[in-house]
Amino acid sequence: MKTRTILTISAAVLATGAFAQGKSVTIASWGGSYQEAQSKALFEPAAANTGIEVKQETYGGMSDVRLQVSSGQVTLDIVASGSGSAARAAAEGLLEKLDYNVIDVSTFYPGLYNDYCIGGDVFSTVYAWNTNTYGENGPQSWADFWDVEKFPGSRAYRGKVAGALEGALMADGVAPADVYSVLDSEEGIERAIDKIRELKPHISVFWTSGAQHAQLMKDGEVDMTTGWNGRFDNAAKDGAKVAYSFNQALLDYDCFAVPKGAPNRDTAMEFLNEISKPEYQDDLPKYITYGPTNKAAYETGEITADVAAGLPSSPDNAAMQLPVSLDWYAKWETIAAEMYQEMLTE
Amino acid sequence: MEAVRTNELGLRRDEWLERMKLFGLGSPAILLILVILVIPVGWLFYVSFIGADGTFSLENYERMLKRKSYARIFQTTFEVSFLTTGLCILIGYPLAYFIAGLPNRIANLCLITVLLPFWTSLLVRTYAWLVLLQKRGLVNEWAISLGLWDEPIKIVHNMTGTLIGMVHIMLPFLILPVYGAMKAIDRDLMKAASNLGASPRRAFWTVFFPLTLPGLFAGSLMVFILCLGFFVTPAVLGGGKVIMVSMKIVSNIELFVNWGAASALGVVLLVSTMVILWIASRFLNLEKMTGGGH
Repeated sequence: MKTRTILTISAAVLATGAFAQGKSVTIASWGGSYQEAQSKALFEPAAANTGIEVKQETYGGMSDVRLQVSSGQVTLDIVASGSGSAARAAAEGLLEKLDYNVIDVSTFYPGLYNDYCIGGDVFSTVYAWNTNTYGENGPQSWADFWDVEKFPGSRAYRGKVAGALEGALMADGVAPADVYSVLDSEEGIERAIDKIRELKPHISVFWTSGAQHAQLMKDGEVDMTTGWNGRFDNAAKDGAKVAYSFNQALLDYDCFAVPKGAPNRDTAMEFLNEISKPEYQDDLPKYITYGPTNKAAYETGEITADVAAGLPSSPDNAAMQLPVSLDWYAKWETIAAEMYQEMLTE
Repeated sequence: MEAVRTNELGLRRDEWLERMKLFGLGSPAILLILVILVIPVGWLFYVSFIGADGTFSLENYERMLKRKSYARIFQTTFEVSFLTTGLCILIGYPLAYFIAGLPNRIANLCLITVLLPFWTSLLVRTYAWLVLLQKRGLVNEWAISLGLWDEPIKIVHNMTGTLIGMVHIMLPFLILPVYGAMKAIDRDLMKAASNLGASPRRAFWTVFFPLTLPGLFAGSLMVFILCLGFFVTPAVLGGGKVIMVSMKIVSNIELFVNWGAASALGVVLLVSTMVILWIASRFLNLEKMTGGGH
């Protein structure tokens, strides 16, 4: 009797949930302070303004999408992804083409959206240091990051190849502009990996997530690490003794994509249009120091000159950095990742 | 004579009928094993021979031979599993012996303490070790303030940390079967041994210890096999340098377009584990060890 009542009630609740709201989308992102920022700046206000119900999940990246698409059990409507892995997923046929009749990109930066993926924020892969150990003027280049005499202390470095080789080559004396042409061969990749081998005795942790490298700095576990700039700013807000530099950093963007066969594909397009509007994008820097992909977000007055100066995509900061080459990742990532693993397991 | 033969035929028929009946009763279990074990493992084998272009290919296995990292990852996996099992025996056996000698009420309390960690998520326990062992963690801070050592020592983000975490998680799997085996031993046997003039040490090694072997072997086997597939603990406490097969399986799924690249790793792990067990069974009577003998 009791079970039956509960069943009836839950069925009724489910039914009203589905019918009263009409439209809903399920969004998966990376969790941590990053998703919290997205949620506060984009998802929640957009849901309130459009009446579209938003369900949020965290996920493990495009491999989850691959699993869902190949088994025909797609539950996610929108996924947040790195630009590189989204490009690979698109090439595999895992993503829906975005409908730019619905999504307005007239004021977007060119290059920050494509057929399958629309940019959500601009971020940098930087080197960060503990200000207790080195003061405010820590390492100012990749060469400094590698210089264990000038900057003695333990390091952390990325456990995956993405964003790991460029800095190593710059430390080895390659000019930023030449990095991707040097990397365009197995010898070039080996040269970068050899440079990391040289530093390996001083690398105490190879990190695998943004939350992890932020935590490593917060706990003072290492004195220096690579990582994503917004995570360090948020760690610093929480009291971590951490600073970073944009000089020679890698400029990259995150984007939103729609998995092939998403149950609410059309609503997803509508929702992507909503969260790409400047009035949402201009709020994102309040929660995490990632720049907007919609130029118009700088014109609403929400992003002050002070805040803009700290964003990866501000003209001054962007000029110091190396934009990540998606073409290189599409061509070499698999091979480079296997070579990188050799170094890790030695 | 005729009657005897009829009787014999009847008996044989009854035996056959009984066997069929037992088979019928066993069939749900056989079906379950077929569905949840044989079919998926068969599928795993099949997929491991499918290349990136969707046709039959050995590329997933060739890759493992070409790149040295794969051999090293398997080596690490077996090394971690052997060491964890060994440490679990060294710590778990004496503890089980101690608990088995206590009065029942206290022994139960001790067993609950052994089991308590089971009710906490594995992830939480692993992160707890990270908090304890890191450079500015409790262990290092206390040891330095007590003057045990001056500089923080590296006990996490490496093999040491991984082993500490894994031994802690695996210990109950060893203690329980060993404790069970010890409780089943008639303690009068020990008295009989000393009555016959054996020293306590001799009585332990020639009477008590051999009788606990089935439990010890079952526990060690369980620990070893579970270790082979471990993911979270080495990923969190190994600092990205202790890479086990399960972690490589995940990264291969992310990296390569096809499932085969990951399946082949699973197949090699499965086959090499079976080879190890087969070699072990050459030297040890497995059936007797696991308590299945007569």
